[in-house]
Amino acid sequence: MRPQRMRLASGGRIDRTRPLSFSFDGTRYQGFAGDTLASALMANGVRRVGRSFKLHRFRGIFSAGAEEPNAIVQLESGPRTVPNLRATQVELYDGLSAASVNAWPSLAVDFLAINSLFAPLLPAGFYYKTFMWPKPLWHACEGMIRRAAGLGRAPMDPDPDTYDHLHAHCDVLVVGGGPTGLAAALRAGRTGARVIIADEQNELGGQLLNNRQQVDGSLGADWVATACEEFVGTANVRVLTRTTAFGHYEHNHVALLERRTDHLGPGVDGVRQRLWKVRAKQVVLAAGAYERPIVFRNNDRPGVMLASAAAAYVNRYAVRPGQRAVVFTNNDSGYAAAADLADGGVPVAAIVDARLEAGDDAAALAAVRDIEVLNGFAVVDVKGRRQVAGADVSILNDEGAATGGSARTIGCDLLAVSGGWNPCVHLHCHSGGKLDFDSDWACFVPGRTPLASRAAGAAAGVFELAACLESGFEAGARAARAAGIKRRGRARKAPAAERNSPAPARRLFHVPSLKRGGEAKAFVDLQYDVTAADISLAAREGYESVEHVKRYTTLGMATDQGKTSNVAGLAILSGVLGRPIPEVGTTTFRPPYTAVTYGALAGRDVGDFADPVRKTPMHHWHVAAGAKFEDVGQWKRPWYYPRADESMQEAVNRECLAARNTIGVLDASTLGKIDIQGRDTVTFLNRVYTNTWDSLAVGRSRYGLMCGEDGMIFDDGVTTRLGDHHYLMTTTSGGAARVMSWLEEWLQTEWPELDVRLTSVTEQWASAGLCGPGARRLMDDLSEDLPLDSEALPFMAMAEGRVAEIPARVFRISFSGEVSFEINVAARYGMALWNALMTAGEKYGITPYGTEAMHVLRAEKGYIIAGQETDGTVTPIDLGLERMVSKKKDFIGKRSLSRSDTAREDRKQLVGLLTEDESEVLPEGAQIVAEPRPMPPMEMIGHVTSSYYSANVGRSIALALIRSGRSRVGEYVFAPLPGKRVMARVVEPVFFDPEGGRLHG
Amino acid sequence: MAEPYQRQSALAHLGLAARAAADREKSDAGVQLGERAFPGQLNLRGDPGNEEFMDAASGTVDCVLPTVPNTSAGEDDLEEGPRVLWLAPVEWLIVTAAGAEEALAGELVAAAAGCGGSVTDVSDARTVIVLQGPNARDVLMKGCPLDLHPDVFRPGHCAQSLLARAAVILYRRADEADGSASFEIHVTRSFADYLWVWLEDAAGEYGVQVIEV
Repeated sequence: MRPQRMRLASGGRIDRTRPLSFSFDGTRYQGFAGDTLASALMANGVRRVGRSFKLHRFRGIFSAGAEEPNAIVQLESGPRTVPNLRATQVELYDGLSAASVNAWPSLAVDFLAINSLFAPLLPAGFYYKTFMWPKPLWHACEGMIRRAAGLGRAPMDPDPDTYDHLHAHCDVLVVGGGPTGLAAALRAGRTGARVIIADEQNELGGQLLNNRQQVDGSLGADWVATACEEFVGTANVRVLTRTTAFGHYEHNHVALLERRTDHLGPGVDGVRQRLWKVRAKQVVLAAGAYERPIVFRNNDRPGVMLASAAAAYVNRYAVRPGQRAVVFTNNDSGYAAAADLADGGVPVAAIVDARLEAGDDAAALAAVRDIEVLNGFAVVDVKGRRQVAGADVSILNDEGAATGGSARTIGCDLLAVSGGWNPCVHLHCHSGGKLDFDSDWACFVPGRTPLASRAAGAAAGVFELAACLESGFEAGARAARAAGIKRRGRARKAPAAERNSPAPARRLFHVPSLKRGGEAKAFVDLQYDVTAADISLAAREGYESVEHVKRYTTLGMATDQGKTSNVAGLAILSGVLGRPIPEVGTTTFRPPYTAVTYGALAGRDVGDFADPVRKTPMHHWHVAAGAKFEDVGQWKRPWYYPRADESMQEAVNRECLAARNTIGVLDASTLGKIDIQGRDTVTFLNRVYTNTWDSLAVGRSRYGLMCGEDGMIFDDGVTTRLGDHHYLMTTTSGGAARVMSWLEEWLQTEWPELDVRLTSVTEQWASAGLCGPGARRLMDDLSEDLPLDSEALPFMAMAEGRVAEIPARVFRISFSGEVSFEINVAARYGMALWNALMTAGEKYGITPYGTEAMHVLRAEKGYIIAGQETDGTVTPIDLGLERMVSKKKDFIGKRSLSRSDTAREDRKQLVGLLTEDESEVLPEGAQIVAEPRPMPPMEMIGHVTSSYYSANVGRSIALALIRSGRSRVGEYVFAPLPGKRVMARVVEPVFFDPEGGRLHG
Repeated sequence: MAEPYQRQSALAHLGLAARAAADREKSDAGVQLGERAFPGQLNLRGDPGNEEFMDAASGTVDCVLPTVPNTSAGEDDLEEGPRVLWLAPVEWLIVTAAGAEEALAGELVAAAAGCGGSVTDVSDARTVIVLQGPNARDVLMKGCPLDLHPDVFRPGHCAQSLLARAAVILYRRADEADGSASFEIHVTRSFADYLWVWLEDAAGEYGVQVIEV
């Protein structure tokens, strides 16, 4: 194992007693507990960690946090591999294995690095320009381009880890655990408010862990520890570390991603990641700010780094980010970073300050350490190809352009850059928050928000520690009060920090190159290789809207979503367009803030939990009988019950024959059932059904059709009158919930005057449907108190009594055209009833049948299924059900039926089809034509809605919706199918027992 | 008459009695789960503004029908008498001990039908899963979007909501002797199997003890 040659001997928040071994691109290294992958690589002197997306230039670690554009890695391999993680956020664990992305075959030797030679040929909008024409070329090249494109590889195997979701509620959610967030959470927590404080890092503290500032007279990190102790003792404060608030939605719904075991390595027991769905009365956004880079030529060389990040590596991770540094800054914070570097053993060759004057405190930091300060200078270029070897500096003029005066090269391998700060406004913007422009700092700060949310500290454009602490403390107090907490709590004085006397920053985003064409190597978006030249080109080509420039140049579209590049890009665009930055505007901030795994989004809803499976009370009988199941909505319904070697067709044939020749039995429990009570029920039924209900006697049933307001069939079913003002409605299995909501909506919003009450009783009753010539005999065997003959219990009548000793409602309704008894018992007795039927029916040859046979049997009779013969464009009249449509009363959809289009004669109408070849079963959905041609186009006049082989009829049968179908009865039509053409005769849609004699038995 | 042995609860196929017997000595489980089979459940509809109805119904169920949303009235212990859950401004669920529902339904119809009340026996439409123990609330939080904080969703409170992907009626009973919360989850029968398996999975990290209820 190589020594960690850039590691400092002491200091930092790492544990030198816990060495961890890891590998990067196949080479083994050692780091310490407390390291990130980035800091551990840096400790080992690894400078080059990736290649850029388009030009495949070497890139090095650029930041120390979520904004990292360069150090993007593929973590682990196999089913647990994760692409595109930021090495700056990957906590080191023993055995970690990572690889750089976007380099092939390896980081050192990358074939596509040749792209960088062709850089002038790959301008902004390259793909748009190239592949506008000729079109076929795009298809030829797409595969190649896509292979070369893309960062990282998605896992190909199922995810072996467990994820879950947790709903949480709080008075105050504090996003960010830096000094501002801590102050806010402390203050809010002391009022007794329910507080959640979430931070994406492994411990609270934020910038206080990265620098050496003091709070309340002690080192920042020590003050953080005291605050954390207070939280531990406060039951109403919940601390979530390793938790990213990634989305802020309406009604203060904030989504958090908690990484619970990622830092321990793959394959640890338990929930790997947890998605928190938080509803907060008040949100405090204390997410801090990003330091922003300055754009200059070759600013992407490994060794160019954000100044605060360089300081963080020294202070927090005890790593020297270079041997000799130059700090380039336009504000005071670069001086603090320079001091930290110098004190941490990285000599600072110079501070290049774009300003003529720094703040007194800042200047003192440099003076004390004898650091040369070049005021009014800028870095204009970087020496070195594989990494930084020196910085070319020159005097800046008043317009912010380098003059070339006093040019010199300062040797260094670390160029730490501070271009000011951008508040992290993402969450503020996710749900409609507006941005204001702070012209002092030249940054966007949170403005108005429609949510109960407030930004504080650096996230609100407050960049000084003392002010951040006050801002957070105040925000915590206000948030608690706004959440309705009356108590003010103890210790109402904000934590204090030293106040400095800062000098203003100089607005400088971009140092134009002194070289001709140098802008093509001045990178704005490091991850997608978008240069200052690209943005200028886009503007010259007429792209003025920032959203267009973004898409044309891909600025900010990489996995980092432009966290370090957006504002610089806007500034350059604003310069080219000659419009102020706030007028240019920003692109849209969308969730997630950083990438979220699909596993966490899916949570526990995978495998068997992906969708609930609803089971009837007789389900386990069907399973034991070897039934094949069909999904009907969320229900599992027996589809057919194959015996031994039977094919599906053989089983269905047998079941269909039994239902018409002996006894068939069907589990009909899934049918929707609604108990309706109230004095106005008849009025209600008259309004929702197309037919009339005035004359229905107690104990009698009637079939009804429901239409939508558009006159199209919506659902159907049988409704039975149980008592004077008491009815039981049935609906289709799949439509039960929909019909219930629909009826409730009409009652609650349109007809509140009606005395009608609905209660879903779908699940109260188990239902078994007996049909066939033997059904009555079996009923007779099982029941003593029920009237069963056709006189006492005729078709469409209901009686209450006992079946197999079980209290039951028995309905003489039929979906098969045979004598039928639908037996409803309390669900707890469903299995008992079924067993009794099977036992007592054995001697009559009782045969359970599934949904497939049910479909065949009803099609033989021409009975429709709502949702199969209908698709939302079919009226009752189209189906030949004019007799079901009352002319005397009003009902939902009635007026639509007289619209010219719904009333015309040549609509698609329900007919039967008999193929010339009796064994040919048309595919459902097949298009029908009257005049077939060898090739499309042909005029289509309809389609097949149902099609089966019918054992009872002895041939195939089909139902179809065909234009003017009823007038075509007797004619021949054609179904053009792949490789053949099937001829069929149009017939009446009834294939079996057209007189209906069997129904009445 | 149908014999009691012929009846099957929604979770009968899971063999919970045997599992409860096997788990009897288990003491370190964070979550206890059991099925309270065949709870009496009556859906009552009526107008709370109609005093005649309110008097008649309240007199029959021995408590004033609750009119504050998501609260209940009556007995926490069903052996002592019925419990009434507020479901909607015009709807209540009356929960009784197993078997007590039939007589009560008759009395309610007699008392309230004349003043606009309607009663529907829905005892078989839902089963009740009892969830209790120190981590019971954590399990619910994994699937229920409501605020179940002990000071917010208090004993006697009830709510209709989603738990995982099943529609449920949630009722919080009096706390257990050890101070941990106890919930009754009314779940529609066809979803009961799904929900039970989901609950066991979600509670896995806390340890599960199946109990006889």
